[in-house]
Amino acid sequence: MAHFTKATSVKDWLNQRLAIEKVEKVMASEYWIPKNINFLWAMGLILMITFVLLLVSGIFLLMYYQPNVDTAFYSVNYTIMRDVDFGWLWRHVHGVAASVVFLIIYIHMFTGIYYGSYKKGREMIWLSGMLLFITFSAEAFSGYMLPWGQMSYWAGMVITNLFSGGSLHADFLVEWIRGDYVPAQAFLSRFFMLHVLLLPLAILGLIGLHFAALRIPHVNNQDGEEIDFDAESKKYLAGDKVGSKVMRFGNDFLSKDMMVVGIYLIFFFYLVFYHYGFAMDPVNFDPADGLKTPAHIYPEWYFLWSYEILRPFSTDIGLMAFGFAQVIFVLLPWLDRSPNTVPASRRGLFAIWFWAMLLDMIVLTAMGKLPPSGIFSTIGLVAALTFIGLWILLPIITMFEKKV
Amino acid sequence: MGKAFGAVAAVGAVGSLVAMKRTWDPLPSVKAAGFTTLDMSIYEENKLVTEKWRGKPIFVLKKTAEMVAKQTEKQKARDIVIGGAHYMVSIGLCTHLGCIPAYDAGKEGFLCACHGGQFDFSGDVTKAPPPRGFDIPPFKIDGNLLVLGEAGPEYMKMKETGITL
Repeated sequence: MAHFTKATSVKDWLNQRLAIEKVEKVMASEYWIPKNINFLWAMGLILMITFVLLLVSGIFLLMYYQPNVDTAFYSVNYTIMRDVDFGWLWRHVHGVAASVVFLIIYIHMFTGIYYGSYKKGREMIWLSGMLLFITFSAEAFSGYMLPWGQMSYWAGMVITNLFSGGSLHADFLVEWIRGDYVPAQAFLSRFFMLHVLLLPLAILGLIGLHFAALRIPHVNNQDGEEIDFDAESKKYLAGDKVGSKVMRFGNDFLSKDMMVVGIYLIFFFYLVFYHYGFAMDPVNFDPADGLKTPAHIYPEWYFLWSYEILRPFSTDIGLMAFGFAQVIFVLLPWLDRSPNTVPASRRGLFAIWFWAMLLDMIVLTAMGKLPPSGIFSTIGLVAALTFIGLWILLPIITMFEKKV
Repeated sequence: MGKAFGAVAAVGAVGSLVAMKRTWDPLPSVKAAGFTTLDMSIYEENKLVTEKWRGKPIFVLKKTAEMVAKQTEKQKARDIVIGGAHYMVSIGLCTHLGCIPAYDAGKEGFLCACHGGQFDFSGDVTKAPPPRGFDIPPFKIDGNLLVLGEAGPEYMKMKETGITL
């Protein structure tokens, strides 16, 4: 057994039992972050804070929400919105955060792509990040079912039908996922469970993995420079804070981060209080009706790009294109054949590829919202083919990239 | 020792997976409540009525004499004939991703607003993305009545000839 002495203070008492000083060093004051970064490096903390906002608002919603096909709609739109004091606040925070979290995830992702932060030992960061993106998508979808409005029901119908695999006619699989021939009580209960327990647990675990994956390769920097973190941190600790290329995570980097977080939170609460409507689809304020399809079924904005890849094709090809779009980002570290870990601007053709991909996804998103007819149908088809084409081109253009 | 432990653990793992899979299966009560009986004498010509079977919408359209006269063999094969009248009876879900198409009595056809699929008055597909016409639910003709959920000889024939899945 370890030797314990009479504690001289509360801190000392805790230190002997939990080694809090050492933990603080490992987690904050001697966790080293490069100095050569910009505001885009704050997206991780913004995501963490948004996740906490979702968790807290979700806990309060959970106290009044009823996962029952007869009462779910009214428990949300009547009990929470009108009866519960400040119930509207939790709902609007939850709805707005669920939407905004995807905006930040996309910025976070494209920052990583731009600066090559998925290469040279950082593959696990990218992989765990993509797993987080997938679980967040599942979390968003399962949460969307819960108010049991028309969009909940029909999005549930359409998305679960994807699992029939087109011509494979795996209806048994669809019925198994739903627990019924159509989305009904069994469906609502199990998606409620997924939304409030299993998926949040998975997300927490994956966040742990994502952070752990960051420790050994460290955070990337604006020039993709390979920093000797041991040497630079020694320099810093020896007193040469100006000459060192690194700074402490806590509280130096955090204080810069919190500045960006502060600006973000002003924007976030502006949306919550004055502009929450974008996160509340009007069609979902009609209770679910299995005998009436809404005129247009479209997902929330953050799924539109992949929905638009599904739409212009016949069922089987559409499903294959959709499946391709869902997994292809995961493979990015291996499809990018170039050894360069520098910003896209210094990588020749890859810079064009990056902006073309970003633009194409914006076009897909816009077309996904518009009705599938006439010119929009054609633009959507071209954009979907461009998406697939760009991914096929990626290994080729990066293979011939000059070493910088 | 390791192998023995592994074998026991594998049996347990498979057992729990089976239990988990079965727990997610539709309940017996859901499976049992699967029959709907329709009185076919009440429908009006070229007026679409939506009935309900297993929570799904069922389209019933009594065809006009004109429709019956002009329809092709392929369209005719989908007909359910009761008391001399021809009916289109099918599951009213687009075979693409399950939206409910709307019927236009003037154009005598269906349009799905989700992804733009179209069907004719016999429920056959006329414009992609839907891969095939409406599915026809298992049915049995009983005089003037139509029982949905039970497979009669007319339904079995349609299934064998590949008219419905």
